[in-house]
Formats: sequence, structure tokens, C-alpha cells
Amino acid sequence: MSISKPDIKNLKCFHCGEDCPDNSYHTGDKYFCCAGCKTVYELLNENNLSNYYTIMDMPGVSFKGTQSKRFDFLEDKEVIEKLADFKNDELTVITFYIPQVHCSSCIWLLENLYKLNPGVNSSKVNFLKKEIEIKFYHKKISLRELVELLASTGYEPVIQLDSVEKKKTKLNKKLYYKIGIAAFCFGNIMLLSFPEYLSIDVHETFYRNLFGYLNLLLALPVFFYSASDYFISAYKGLRNKIVNIDFPLALGITILFARSAFEILTHSGAGYFDSMTGLVFFLLIGKVFQEKTYSYLNFERSYKSYFPLAVHVKKDNQEISIPVSKLKVGDRIIIRKNEIIPADSILFEGNGSIDYSFVTGESKPVQKVLGELVYAGGRQLNGIVELEVVKEVSQSYLTQLWNNDTFLKKSESGFENFTNKVGKYFTLTVLLIAAISTGYWMHQSSAIALNVLTAVLIVACPCALALSIPFTLGNSMRIFGRNKFYLKNISVIENLSKIKTIVFDKTGTITETGKASIKFVGPELNPFQQEMIKSLVRNSTHPFSISIYEFLKANKFYEVEDLEEYSGRGISGFILGNLVKIGSLNFVMEDFSEEPDSQHYETDEFNSQVYLSINSQIVGYFNISNSYRDGFEKVTNLLNEKYKLAVLSGDNENERENLEKYLGANSQLFFEQSPANKLNFIKRIKTSENKVLMLGDGLNDAGALAQSDVGIAVTENISYFSPACDAILDAESFGRISSFLNFSKISVKIIFASFIISFLYNIVGLSFAIEGMLSPIVAAILMPLSSISVVSFATLATNFLARRKGL
Amino acid sequence: MSVIAVLIAISLLIALGFLIAFLWAVKSGQYNDTYTPSIRMLFDDDNKKEQKKDKQ
Repeated sequence: MSISKPDIKNLKCFHCGEDCPDNSYHTGDKYFCCAGCKTVYELLNENNLSNYYTIMDMPGVSFKGTQSKRFDFLEDKEVIEKLADFKNDELTVITFYIPQVHCSSCIWLLENLYKLNPGVNSSKVNFLKKEIEIKFYHKKISLRELVELLASTGYEPVIQLDSVEKKKTKLNKKLYYKIGIAAFCFGNIMLLSFPEYLSIDVHETFYRNLFGYLNLLLALPVFFYSASDYFISAYKGLRNKIVNIDFPLALGITILFARSAFEILTHSGAGYFDSMTGLVFFLLIGKVFQEKTYSYLNFERSYKSYFPLAVHVKKDNQEISIPVSKLKVGDRIIIRKNEIIPADSILFEGNGSIDYSFVTGESKPVQKVLGELVYAGGRQLNGIVELEVVKEVSQSYLTQLWNNDTFLKKSESGFENFTNKVGKYFTLTVLLIAAISTGYWMHQSSAIALNVLTAVLIVACPCALALSIPFTLGNSMRIFGRNKFYLKNISVIENLSKIKTIVFDKTGTITETGKASIKFVGPELNPFQQEMIKSLVRNSTHPFSISIYEFLKANKFYEVEDLEEYSGRGISGFILGNLVKIGSLNFVMEDFSEEPDSQHYETDEFNSQVYLSINSQIVGYFNISNSYRDGFEKVTNLLNEKYKLAVLSGDNENERENLEKYLGANSQLFFEQSPANKLNFIKRIKTSENKVLMLGDGLNDAGALAQSDVGIAVTENISYFSPACDAILDAESFGRISSFLNFSKISVKIIFASFIISFLYNIVGLSFAIEGMLSPIVAAILMPLSSISVVSFATLATNFLARRKGL
Repeated sequence: MSVIAVLIAISLLIALGFLIAFLWAVKSGQYNDTYTPSIRMLFDDDNKKEQKKDKQ
């Protein structure tokens, strides 16, 4: 697409699609919003890469709001060593995380990087993970130059403290190998067992034996390789004196294998290899179903994902860049605009205006003066500051949170315990039945007794039992994912179903950042009025005053005489002889004789009105809508019936009244909570009967999220940074929290229902086995049938009920 | 009847070939990223057209 007419009002940047302020940046008929975008276009055009703009319209990344960063720390040998995946004499392979990747043009450009610089050998994008793997010749282009090249095209990689700690989440390839082998063997064994199924009388013992031996041969890799996990797990369980669900599975598989091998080697029967391999195959499929999670989402982030890799240190009047991990007490560090302070330190030079929003949740920047202590995790908003480090990175106020025991605990999965519990009683019952029936047959014939013993153990193998959980919960997880609620693993669902208390963080979780909207209702304010109002409100620190101050555009100020602020009511003062009052309706009307217009009485429960009068005349009011997320009211109404609600806020108490309206009188509201306070609050209310769900967004909630039974990170953009948690909720789906909680309960009920089904099958199977009538054909029909019916019941029931619940 | 033995040997060999192909596919990373190739394939085509146009 090309822009035909440069209509200045609707001029969109050819590169990034943002509105152009004027038409000053252009090449030919293409207009750009800023110099940055124009440069990228020219760079791409010169290198015959303008195809970038034909795949998608305006695909570029806006340069607005980005600062040119300095990448000199990438020259450090140690840093390069740590970042690189692989390095030989010529080639380096490196993987970057680039959050800006958003469309197919991005992929195209990033994979054509070699055209921009011959030092790049090749590059490959993983779109979902937003990662790019680049192979480059480090003699032709240095790592720093490579990153600068990426940054110059708008795709600046994120290089944070944890980029060097590679914990690659590799696809579980072994599982796929195991499935492939199990499927191959299962299919061929079934084929070779057909003569048995159809009871075709195979006269020639040659074929009967050939098929038998082939089956045995094919069963070996399944038994020794594909099923090995179950033996290992059962063994580990036994060593810890636990009979887990894998124990009866391992026992069943072993017995199946041993009896079949015996029958074939002694030419006494056809064996049950088809059942055995089929069972292993189904179990492994269940495992894939359960493990197929959102590998491109990161649920394990700590402060290291937020902190920069390197920082500038002043040494001997020279500025050098060193890795943050090497930062020592007493170092002088230089922090520029928008950089994060990596360690607790004292302000030495410059004006600190620090945004602690992701440490405390408080959105207002904090001003710091020389000699004041600045905590790590704050973001410098204006200008350059020089600081002296007083604590090492890992010992800082914020990062210390991660030394709390909460972060050490390995989250044990509650549901595993539950299945294991079922598995234990199940195993004991089966062993009991086996013993009794064997004892009964023992009187008649020891051969039949042995037959019955093995048959009972084979049939009772809790395959269907072991399948119902992965399939039900795996499918539920997918349903949640479709509704933009992403779970870390399936055990979160069971925990969700047991939740009794729900704790919200305020800023960023139930309020939408930067949404507080304000509008003036009444005749349009003239510039002089605006200047007067602004002069008045700048004397107040009330959040409404600040909002109004930021809302008005005037920048001329007057002196205010007789300034008075009445807390909770309003503010008044004389400006150039005019009495200006701003505040509640009563406050503004105080000195009125006449009744005001009734239209001004209109109040809306969830919005706030700030009235304005000039010289005892109501001019109008500012309507300040609170910034709560859409659907918050509905959510709290629904949740209030079933759960205890609480709010933990890092902010001050200003919103208490509003929140009480939403949450009702029974809820607990706490303000000015530090990250450690939040963690302790969760710890206090968390008991075995009282499972706690925490919803938070920032790093300040990380402790509470980790401490709670289920921690959900609410985020506007799922690929953006969110703290370590059990689940990530897209803010869009915030209004559906109660549906999610309901559905988790339904999922658990579906599991119980499938348990019942699999028990019914077991009863039928056992009745065959006890009577000594289990033939290979019965086993071959019964066992896959029970697996398949449980699997299809679990999947269909979850899908059906999800649809009925509108998920 | 011995033809059955031969047929079984052949069928097993063919199946084995597919198994090896599958294992090789997993090993070479074809299942690591199942999404990006679906996009990549689209503009690879575009690219070739462009080149053809250039040649003309």
C-alpha cells in the first residue's frame, strides 16, 4: 500500500503506522512519524529489503519512547561467553528474546538479517517464544555491533540478568521417541495378533511360533525403553515407602510381559503383548496431553528478569560497564533516564525521580535528594544520577524477598498426591483380591491359580484411572488457554477448585494502569480559567488534584492568595481577585444563596465528581472515573457469595471508600503494604482448610504470589514480563475469574466421574479374571476399550460443560 | 505359505523406515517450533516471485 495523498491530518507513518505530527519526515511519497522510522526505511530500502513493507502494512516498531541504549557491556568477554549458546573459531550462535516481534514482516526482516550485514550467517525466529537464534561470524561482526544492528531496526533484544543463566526449556524429545517406538511396536503386534483375535486356526505351528517370537521381539523395546519411566517412578516411590499410582501400573506391565513371554517361550499361548504395548502407548499419550503446556510463556521469572545485565560504573573518572553480578559495595554507578537501579545505594549526584511502581505498586514517582537511600528496583525517570552502592545486588531490599523460604519450596502437586492416594488403596484392594482368588484356585490346580493371579493383576492395571486425570485436566487447561487464562501445569486446576479466599493486589491488577480518565462536564474552560485551576490544584497532593493538574494543558501559573485546603472537602483560594473553589458539591456551594441547578446532583456511584466554582458560580465539574477494570463490579458480586475477598495495596488509603463499595463490608482491605507484608499476610491466612488465591501483577506481589496456593499474574500482554506465578491471566479475561473458578470445580467432578467408569470396567474385568477365563481376546478388547472410553468421556465432558458455561 | 513370512518381513521393514523417519524428525528439531514455519512458508513464496520479477 502506498499513501496516495499526503493528508496531513490523517498521515500515518509508513514504517510504524503511528500518526505523523507533521509531514517533515519523508522520502518520496512516503511519510514517517520520526527520524528513527525514516532511517530504518532508508536502511531497508538500500539493502533491497523493502519487501518488509509489502508483507504487512506498517509493520515497523515505533521508536517513540525508546532511548538509545548503550551496549558497551557486550564487549566484555565473560558476558559474551555466558550469552552465547555455542562458539567456535569462526561462528557464534546466540539466542535473543525480542518482545517487539509481532507480525510476519518481523519474521521476514529478522530472518533476512544476513542481507543487512554479511557477518550474519543465518537467523531463525521462533514466533511464539519471540526468540531469534542468530549464527554470526564473530570476526566480521561483534556481538555489540549485532545487537546495535538489531536495535537500529527497532528490534532491540532484551538482555537481562537472567539471560546469562540459560535454563533452556527443551522439548521433551525423549517422550516423543518413546511414543514413536511404542506406537510402532503396538501397531505391528496388533497386526501379528490378528490370527488370534479371529481365532483362525493356524495349523502350522511354524507361523504361530513365528508370530509369537516376532511379538516378543517387538515388545522388548516397549518394555525396556518406552515403559521405563513407570518402573523408575514406582521404584523411587517404594524407596520412599510410598505406593504411588505408578506402582500398580509397573506391576501390571511387568506381569503382562512376564506371563506373555512365558506363554510364547513355552508355546503354551499367544500372550498379551498387544494389551501391554497398547497400554504403554495410551499412557504415554496421556503424558503428552498433560505436558503440552505453554512453553512460550515464562512462569518462573524472578527479579533477575527485570534487572539489567550490566551497569555503568565510574572508576578513575572513567565510565566503564561491568556486569551487575560483579557490583561491589562502594562502587559508584551511573544511572540514566529509564534505567533500573540494580542495588540499594545512596544518591550522590543528580536529582532522583524514581518510579517504584513494580516494587511497591505505588505509581507516583518518588523524589530523592542527595544523600538519600535509593532502593534497588526503582526506575530513574529524569536525567542522570550517580549513586554509591551500599548493598550487593542479592542483598538488596527487593531482591532479598527472593531469599525468603517461599521461593525455595518446590511446589508439590496436590493432585499427584490425590491420585497416589487412590493408587495406594487401589493397589491394596487388587492385591487382596488376587490373594483370595489365588488361594481359592490353589485347592483345585496350582496351574490355574497362577493363571488367575496374573490375570487379576493384568486386568486391574489402573490404566484408565491413570488416564482420566491427564486428559480431563489437560483438556481443561486448553479450554482455559482458549479464554486467555494460561496455567503453568494441570495441578493448578485442582488447587483452584479448593480456593476459599481470594486476595487482590490493587494497582495494575484490579485497576488498569493509565486508564484513570477525567473529563470536564460544563462549558469549555477558557485558557485563563485553566491557568487559574492549575495554579490552585498544584498546591494539593490529593490524587484528584494531581489528575486535574495533569489533565489541564495550561502552563502559566499565578500566585494564589488565602489558600486553604479542607481535607476530604476541597481547596479554595483567590487568584487575581477571583475566588476559585474546587471540591465536593457541598463545599463548593457553601456560600451560595440560591439553589444550584439540579442537573449537577447527578452522581454516579463509581465515578467521582469534583466541582468547580469561580466567584460563587458553578462552572461545571470534573468527572473522574475510577480506573477499575471492566467487569470488576460483576466479578466481586459473583465472588462475594462464595469466597472471602481481600485487597492488599501498596498505595495509600485514598481508595478505601471506593473499594468498600465494590467488595462489601466483609472484605479485608490493607493499604501501604510492602512486598514482605503481602507475603506475610498470605502466610497468615493460609491454612490447610483455607486455600488462598492471589492475583497480582508486579514484582512487589512476587512474594505473595509464590506464597499463595495459586498465584495468578494479571497482565495486559502475556508475552510481557510477569512475576513468577502459577498462572497468567490476560487482563481482557479479568471479568471471567468466577467462571474459571467454577470450571475448575467442574473439572474435578469430571475426574471423579471417570474414576467411576474405570472402576466399573475393572469390576467386569476382574470377574473374568477371578473365574480364570481371561483370554487374550478378552484382554485385548477390554483394556483398550476402558482406556478409550475414559479418555473420550473426559475430553467430551470437559468440552461440553465448558461450552455450556460459556468458556 | 512362505510368502507370508516374506511379506511380514517387508511390512516390518517399511514400518521400521517410518519409525526411523519419525525419530529423525524429532531429533532434528522439527517439533521444536510448530508455529513459525507456517508463516515462513508464506513469504518464502513471495520472495521467489519477487526474484523472478527482478530477472524479467
